[in-house]
Amino acid sequence: MSDVGQLYQEVILDHYKRPRNFRKLDGASRNAEGYNPLCGDKVTVYAKLEDGVVRDISFQGSGCAISTASASMMTTSLKGRTLAEAEALFASFHRLVTGQPDTAPGRVELGKLAVFSGISEFPIRVKCATLAWHTLHAALERKGQTVSTE
Amino acid sequence: MTTSSTLTEKGRRDCLTGFDVEKVREDFPILKVKVHGKPLVYLDNAATAQKPQVVIDTISTYYMVENSNIHRGIHFLSLQATRAYEDARDKIKHFLNASHTREIIFVRGTTEGINLVAQSYGRPFIKEGDEIVISAMEHHSNIVPWQMLCEQVGAKLRVIPIDDDGELLIDEYGKLLNQRTKFVSVAHLSNALGTISPVKQIIEMAHRFGVPVLLDGAQATPHLKVDVQDLDCDFYAFSGHKLFGPTGVGVLYGKADLLEAMPPYHGGGDMISSVTFEKTLYNVLPYKFEAGTPNIAGGVGLGAAIDYLNGIGLEAVATYEHELLSYATEAVSQIPGVRLIGTAKQKACVLSFVVDDIHAHDVGTILDEEGVAIRTGHHCAMPVMQRFGVPATARASLAFYNTRKEIDTLVAGIRKVKEVFADV
Repeated sequence: MSDVGQLYQEVILDHYKRPRNFRKLDGASRNAEGYNPLCGDKVTVYAKLEDGVVRDISFQGSGCAISTASASMMTTSLKGRTLAEAEALFASFHRLVTGQPDTAPGRVELGKLAVFSGISEFPIRVKCATLAWHTLHAALERKGQTVSTE
Repeated sequence: MTTSSTLTEKGRRDCLTGFDVEKVREDFPILKVKVHGKPLVYLDNAATAQKPQVVIDTISTYYMVENSNIHRGIHFLSLQATRAYEDARDKIKHFLNASHTREIIFVRGTTEGINLVAQSYGRPFIKEGDEIVISAMEHHSNIVPWQMLCEQVGAKLRVIPIDDDGELLIDEYGKLLNQRTKFVSVAHLSNALGTISPVKQIIEMAHRFGVPVLLDGAQATPHLKVDVQDLDCDFYAFSGHKLFGPTGVGVLYGKADLLEAMPPYHGGGDMISSVTFEKTLYNVLPYKFEAGTPNIAGGVGLGAAIDYLNGIGLEAVATYEHELLSYATEAVSQIPGVRLIGTAKQKACVLSFVVDDIHAHDVGTILDEEGVAIRTGHHCAMPVMQRFGVPATARASLAFYNTRKEIDTLVAGIRKVKEVFADV
């Protein structure tokens, strides 16, 4: 498969064209906005937390295939996870897309997110893949301000 | 297009212009580079243009046998370097058809030229309640310096709207001009849309109110013959690196009487005639605006780029590029689902487009795999993107060394983008 084929895998294109949990979340206890000035990608992430567990999570915004699919798959991967699991998953995901070996003790199974491994060949697109995750991180930390990738 | 189809299909020599693109390409070593194993198709010329061997050699020769500081040394090399630098200034004077070399100020680029005018002209002469007019298709570098000035002095920014083709609404511009208008600053050629604005008319209209006009010539100078006296513009700024010269050097042209009336922009060496702790006397034009050791090699390299361009002839360049842009416009707009952004009647060298349901960034990544370098994003013109309701566009921008074959590669690449995204 070509490098581009590695990047734009079917699962990614599917989540781009049919993003899951793409809505405003009524009763969200946390939300944050993310922005990538390089390509104009914008995302708002909503999360409903109960007892340290992500009960529900959604997003809205506009962006490229990579950022939209990443946001969509983030929401499907995190529903029902604890905050600690969510942060650990983000750390593993970040190592995956930046091409670092994932041997850390807190390593968690990436499952379907492994489809983003091709990103590491496209360093300029790492920001696209991590925008929603950084935004979620800010929402969970209650930073409240807009996250920028620059 | 009037060229016969048999000749155009050869894609080598255009009988209309006598322009031999293959011969010209030999002058640019970087065009032989391979990208992802494929020949480079460089269509990002509006961001920066490539450099001919003669420019590279001039810079290298300058450092090998001429390098010294200018305007101060009594020794041989300093005189050599000063002469080379001042020769470049003279070439630029002729290139713009300015009246005097003292109207040619070396700056780092268009951005610095505009900032210089915004501060050195704006702060003393623009007051609270005054108005500054720009257009809706400006690059950020012709927006932000004026916004900064507005904040400093309490002036207001007024914006000439554009239509759906990306043309300035000249009647609306007329309505914006009034007794409060104190400055007009517009792009000669839009970087995001390719529109060539009717700048002569814009200047005439402003002058009826006694308002000076700056033209942002960053995009125009590589493609159009510029005559600052014929245009009667008060300031004209451009960048060396878009004109096949080095980065880090550019030019601000200003009418001498305006420049004389303006205070210096930066203080330092070379811009003074005498300094005491009580009082400093500023140097004469253009040195008053050239504090510190400048980018000497850059200036000399820019002179070489202008010589090179004059050797080819800007008229031949404009004719060839116009034909190439027509070819590209037709080919790209025939791809289903592709929409051109910027369809003004008077255009040059820029082909901005969006592909249905596919983000420009994804277009750019897939084209890059084919060796095709385009720019994707907002092109430092976010208000233009908002005007057309798109987050970003893909932009192919041409130079005279581009070929029809390269346009064909671009078109095949866009078709591949659509194939990749059609899979699901």
